[in-house]
Amino acid sequence: MPHRLLKFGVSKEHPEPRMFHTPAQLKDAYDVVIIGGGGHGLGAAYYLARDHGITNVAVIEKGYIGGGGTGRNTAIVRSNYLTNEGARFYQASIDLFQDLSRELDLNLFYSERGHFTLAHSPASLRTQRWRAEVNKHLGIDSEVIGPSEVKRLVPEIDLQCGGHLPSIHGALYHPPGAVARHDAVAWGYARGADRAGVEIHQQTEVTDIEMRDNAVVGVHTDKGFIKTRKVLSAVAGWTTAITPMVGLRTPLTVHPLQAAVSEPLKPWLDKIVVSASLHLYVSQSSRGELVAGASLDPYELISMRSTLDFTEGVSGHLVDLFPMLGDIKIMRQWAGLSDMTPDFSPIMGTTPIDGFYIDAGWGTWGFKATPISGKTMAATLAEDNDHELIKPFNLSRFSRWQLVGEKGAASVGH
Amino acid sequence: MKIIHCPINGPRPLQEFHFGGQVREMPVGSQVSDAEWADYVFNRSGEPGIQSEWWYHTPSGTWFIAERDCQSDECIRTYLYGGRESDA
Repeated sequence: MPHRLLKFGVSKEHPEPRMFHTPAQLKDAYDVVIIGGGGHGLGAAYYLARDHGITNVAVIEKGYIGGGGTGRNTAIVRSNYLTNEGARFYQASIDLFQDLSRELDLNLFYSERGHFTLAHSPASLRTQRWRAEVNKHLGIDSEVIGPSEVKRLVPEIDLQCGGHLPSIHGALYHPPGAVARHDAVAWGYARGADRAGVEIHQQTEVTDIEMRDNAVVGVHTDKGFIKTRKVLSAVAGWTTAITPMVGLRTPLTVHPLQAAVSEPLKPWLDKIVVSASLHLYVSQSSRGELVAGASLDPYELISMRSTLDFTEGVSGHLVDLFPMLGDIKIMRQWAGLSDMTPDFSPIMGTTPIDGFYIDAGWGTWGFKATPISGKTMAATLAEDNDHELIKPFNLSRFSRWQLVGEKGAASVGH
Repeated sequence: MKIIHCPINGPRPLQEFHFGGQVREMPVGSQVSDAEWADYVFNRSGEPGIQSEWWYHTPSGTWFIAERDCQSDECIRTYLYGGRESDA
């Protein structure tokens, strides 16, 4: 080993870290503590600093940033949802995404591909028509196309699905549908927040939340107690481990959602293809791998294990849609946690506990909401009042019986 | 978890079973407030740890209860509602 490298290794004076600092220790108190260093938590920290001048903020992450749902999704961004509330919200997110590489000064590989939701039955085509009309009404680029148009845009597709499955009757086509490099979104927000003075504490776990008279007064971590009056829980799949700390009941149940990548191929698929009937969504990454995801695992589980059932299912359905993939190998598979709500919409905003804010219920739609969720939660924390866009998603909608039935959500049977 | 012990049919592969959700007590609708009823309809415990769940063995049409750790995915025991227990 060269002497210089050895000296560098033992020296305490390392050069500035590339993306963000590692603070030596927690301070005694912060204005805001954000639990969860994923895209949503870091995004909220970034917009708290940028839009509201609140920088005495700690982001507490028990693992490493972007290691949960942020880095485990299939990186699809779209806004062709079915409800007014949902479509408006996700469109606002796309608007932010389109400018985000410049805003964060980091190449997010944001790539507009065009997004197909295949219909395998007349009934499914009717739902797609409904979605298209809602979308058009809200100014979202979305239309129903026939099978020949699907074949023209994706020539490799087998419209008969191998002949043993319901054939393709058409598709909902959403040209702005995009993919992005998901970890870069977390890093970009982390760097932006860090530059503004936010502290990011990785390998730090929240063990309890201290309350007095129905108000948050602090957070216990495995590295000590922090005083704070505002806590944002942005932990998605781990929310059901946090909410009992403040005695909050939610409708959340957690299921694993699995995904896989194939070996790298020459570029051939420049679209995003989704089939709810085949429980499959697939796109080709900039590295050439096919990124494919499935539907939720069939029972509740708070674990990121993967299964052979999934690999068999996803490979089989890939070949049903694209017979030429018969010889292609699956290279890697993994799972993420989906915290599901009964109406497939998120739970966001204020709660009955003073100073406890929730950003959860991100099921299969969390990544595409990252920028707008960060921005609206930051506004909600700063003003202690739900941002206009997220009012319909408040936890209280369940006790008011005002659900937001989002049947446009991915990998949800409907 | 790849095998579940059905109280009637013994150990069977997971693929033969269907998950039926958490076991919960239904309050008497006429005796609770709207808020309490909404709590029953929507809210779940969802916490990591052991929970009681309904499971269905499809080939034999058997509904039963399983106590399962929803973090480690270990089945602790299974039994018929108010009845026979399997030593899973």
